[in-house]
Amino acid sequence: MRRLVLGIGNRARGDDGVGRLVARLLREKLPSDITIEETEGEATAILTRLDGIDAVHVIDAARSGAAAGTTLRFDVTAAPLPETLGALSTHGFGLGEAIELARALGHLPRIAIVHVIEGVSFETGAALTPVVGDTAFALAAHLAAELATS
Amino acid sequence: MATRTIKVDYLARVEGEGAFKVKVRDGRITGAELHIFEPPRFFEAFLRGRAFTEAPDITARICGICPVAYQMSAVHAMENALGIRVEGPLRELRRLLYCGEWIESQTLHIYMLHAPDFLGYAGAVEMARDHGGEVRRGLSLKKAGNEIVSLLGGREIHPINVRVGGFYRVPTKRELAPLAEKLKRARDLALETVRWAAKFDFPDRARDYQFVALRHDREYPMNEGHIVSNRGLDIAAADYEAHFAESHVARSTALQSRMTDGSAYLCGPLARYSLNFDRLSPLAQDAAREAGLGATCTNPYQSILVRSVEVLYACDEALRVIANYEPPDRPAISTPVGAATGYAATEAPRGMLYHRYRLDADAKIADAKIVPPTSQNQASIEDDLVSYVGGWLDLPEDELRHRCEQTVRNYDPCISCSTHFLKLEIDRG
Repeated sequence: MRRLVLGIGNRARGDDGVGRLVARLLREKLPSDITIEETEGEATAILTRLDGIDAVHVIDAARSGAAAGTTLRFDVTAAPLPETLGALSTHGFGLGEAIELARALGHLPRIAIVHVIEGVSFETGAALTPVVGDTAFALAAHLAAELATS
Repeated sequence: MATRTIKVDYLARVEGEGAFKVKVRDGRITGAELHIFEPPRFFEAFLRGRAFTEAPDITARICGICPVAYQMSAVHAMENALGIRVEGPLRELRRLLYCGEWIESQTLHIYMLHAPDFLGYAGAVEMARDHGGEVRRGLSLKKAGNEIVSLLGGREIHPINVRVGGFYRVPTKRELAPLAEKLKRARDLALETVRWAAKFDFPDRARDYQFVALRHDREYPMNEGHIVSNRGLDIAAADYEAHFAESHVARSTALQSRMTDGSAYLCGPLARYSLNFDRLSPLAQDAAREAGLGATCTNPYQSILVRSVEVLYACDEALRVIANYEPPDRPAISTPVGAATGYAATEAPRGMLYHRYRLDADAKIADAKIVPPTSQNQASIEDDLVSYVGGWLDLPEDELRHRCEQTVRNYDPCISCSTHFLKLEIDRG
């Protein structure tokens, strides 16, 4: 089974890069057969990476007004990302569109989970908010355990 | 007074965020205003005090869609300041890199952002459900562009291998060989794209645009050339600011650029094509003619077709560069430093991109000016809407909004560059 962990975001814009931080934290922790990649979030770049993948865990930032560091998990094989979440994504033609394009084209992996972490600071050059960083470490630890046994 | 207001609160399928307002009084259009409200991004200020060598990597961060354009304008302006010219294989590799960006950026716009307008879908996702084969073709074509940028730029987004004087590392012939095979396939897909786009139902519109683009003595313009227009302008990049002026308009956080006489002008695919048709490869010229295009194109709705011709040209040109490639002795030429000012304009996918840098004696950047294509096209976007909306006022509100959005999308506006984009409001009073 081909498995992929995909961190999404812009590392130059504060909490927007938290998905990529999680991907980096997992580099030393996952079985070697799991591919780990990062991308800025443009839909076709995500879509290309899903090609031929059986199971994917995507990690992205969100800006929904929830408490900073809040995490949500979505099984997008069962339903699209909630519309409200799509609007909360920091990427215009991004993850939500990539998932639905993959579904329409028959490319959506059999297992497809999206994890989002609520951020607060998305300004150019901003630092990662400490509580968001703490959440990234916690989510990475959780995923490392889950993927090691699945 | 009979008045009417139409609002579109969010214009989808453009790069960024902004708004548009059209004023209608007694059935007549009295004004159109582009509102750009994302905070300005201050990149020109970020650059001050930084080493001249940092400009390519800093400016590449302005846009995730066209970073190569920013890098190319930056390195050419720096080289102009330092009095050096990059020639031979290094110059050709830069052209190849630019081909990669044209392929990926133009294809993204054609298939994912603009084609849904012509085929009657809300977006690419809805279009993919009925036109999966076409969407797959677009993805494959775009991927070929990504692979050029990855190989030459070091990575797909925000490439890091470009430097003043050349590259940090250049590819071997063996590394380029597999790319050529993929590009041959991509060229076929690009030709199919031209034929596909030629069948779209284009609104019968044309305007007497003041086209502005680069023109080179033998190439279709990417990295260099004189700035020319269809009204007789023919200047070097160093004279840009004597003929073009940016001004702040209250409704926009992006500066708006016009000719110094106040007139609007158009840069981008239509201008580039109409001023340089004779510089396209025979394959691209033939495909354009077969698609029904003449040597000039003044219908903004056919910009998707012109873009597809340019993608075909970029595939063809990339293959030419790879076929003739002999690796240079060094990946970069040396760069003497000193106080100087440099200028450059290159052709980003969506239009001309001007950079000017003033360097102090330590070759630190004392001042920078960057004029992205969407800033230059803002006035033309407004003029298009003023010209066309009047004919659509009897349409149902949703359809009217859609026509306006489609009109703006003709420009592939990259508000990420100029700042960010776009809501639409039509004020009927």
